[in-house]
Amino acid sequence: MSDDTSSDDAPTNDGQRFDRLPATPDEREVEGRASRAEVLDWWHERFGIEPAIFEGYSFWEKGAGKVWIFNGEATDPSEVEAIGMTFLRTRQEHWKPTGRAVSRFGRHATKNVIELDPRQASRFAAGEDQDLPEWDGDWGYLIATHEVAGESVPIGVGLYLYDELRSVVPKGSRADLPVVE
Amino acid sequence: MNPLDRYESLVDDVDAFRAACDRPLPSVVRTNEIAATPARVREAFDEAGVAYEAVDWHDGLFRLPDGNPGGNWPYVHGWTHGQEEVSALPGLALDPRPGERVWDACAAPGSKTTQIADAMDDEGTVVANDNNLGRLSALRHNAERLGITNAVVTNQDARNFSLKPLAFDEFDRALVDAPCSCEGTCRKNPDVLDEWTLDHVHAVAGIQKGVLARAVQATRPGGVVVYSTCTFAPEENEAVLDHVLASEDCELVKFDLPVETDPGVTEWDGETYDESVTRAKRIYPHRNDTGGFFCAKLRVGGEDDDGRTDRAAADDEGVAA
Repeated sequence: MSDDTSSDDAPTNDGQRFDRLPATPDEREVEGRASRAEVLDWWHERFGIEPAIFEGYSFWEKGAGKVWIFNGEATDPSEVEAIGMTFLRTRQEHWKPTGRAVSRFGRHATKNVIELDPRQASRFAAGEDQDLPEWDGDWGYLIATHEVAGESVPIGVGLYLYDELRSVVPKGSRADLPVVE
Repeated sequence: MNPLDRYESLVDDVDAFRAACDRPLPSVVRTNEIAATPARVREAFDEAGVAYEAVDWHDGLFRLPDGNPGGNWPYVHGWTHGQEEVSALPGLALDPRPGERVWDACAAPGSKTTQIADAMDDEGTVVANDNNLGRLSALRHNAERLGITNAVVTNQDARNFSLKPLAFDEFDRALVDAPCSCEGTCRKNPDVLDEWTLDHVHAVAGIQKGVLARAVQATRPGGVVVYSTCTFAPEENEAVLDHVLASEDCELVKFDLPVETDPGVTEWDGETYDESVTRAKRIYPHRNDTGGFFCAKLRVGGEDDDGRTDRAAADDEGVAA
């Protein structure tokens, strides 16, 4: 990377365009852009998801810090409306996985997963915050799961702070569901 | 005038046809096998006390007699997607395979795009295009909800679609589920019959010809193009095929659908169409108790990778296998 970061030629993030994430921090040209290696490390450290799960997927940034995951062929850069699905929010103090990413890949997680009972699961899906002092794991973003048809299934992303689990399910994805015991 | 009157000369049992068109349709959901198997959906419905009926010709489709397809956990988890039974047929005719390059020319709101991605095991590339930016947000919402990672979403006029933003210059398969006069959806939305005009039929037929021609051009020799509408109007169905057969290098091929169908018609309102349009399939509401639909499968002309050009090879099976 050039030392002359004040130059007009220094590449910056164009929020309207998909750009592939650099493989490693050393290859980073756009300031503040996450690298593929950092993204894989983050999922591994935070949720125990092995980097091998994401082999074959490419990662892209469009919008400030919005990282997309894609499993098809794309040119570089690609000026289209969307590729693959939104995956992760970077460029903020704590990176945040999208609910969709958690729904798609969360079953591979081995830590920072909070299993909810049927009543808690319904409240979570409805977007309600709830007291959960019994959680003794990390604070921050967790994957909330519940049991359906004999297996644990991710519902979405929760933010755990001060004995409370906050549902960060986006408004458009919230649902009032009956409690299934 | 009720536009359904026009089609009485085409159907074998007018009373049954009219009676079926007057009956409402149940809510139906399709299993998204990227996320769950039909057996798992069944188990989750049983557990939650959600009533469902199997659709005998497709094990991933469930009728929900109590309605509310979105009010249950399988929906929230992206295991199911609300999609009418007949709407699953063009995806079956298209028969996309993992790893292929597939174009969904008129994709929003994405029921068929997501079905295509599912059939591809989410591997390869499905390009979901729509000219309406507003409807693309519904498409994107659905694709994300169902966990699809192999879709590229574009916002172009399909009639002069450019592959320039893509990493390749031709498709293996294309689906043209064309904007149409939608008479076949009258069981869901009777208003379509009140709003129907012949001028609209003619206007939309012009668009349909342009989109289907572009789909043939953008698909590789030996590749497959599926054309579908939810209308009974021959102006929007056989006449569009007839036009494209005459203007582009392609042919209609025989194919199977797992429902009762009637062949395409070769005469309508003083016009005659290429004999091969009988290979297209008309789906009438009274035959299988579904909505109305039209579906045709085309092989793009020229030598495929195996050097085959003849229609027999295309009929043999597989077409773009």
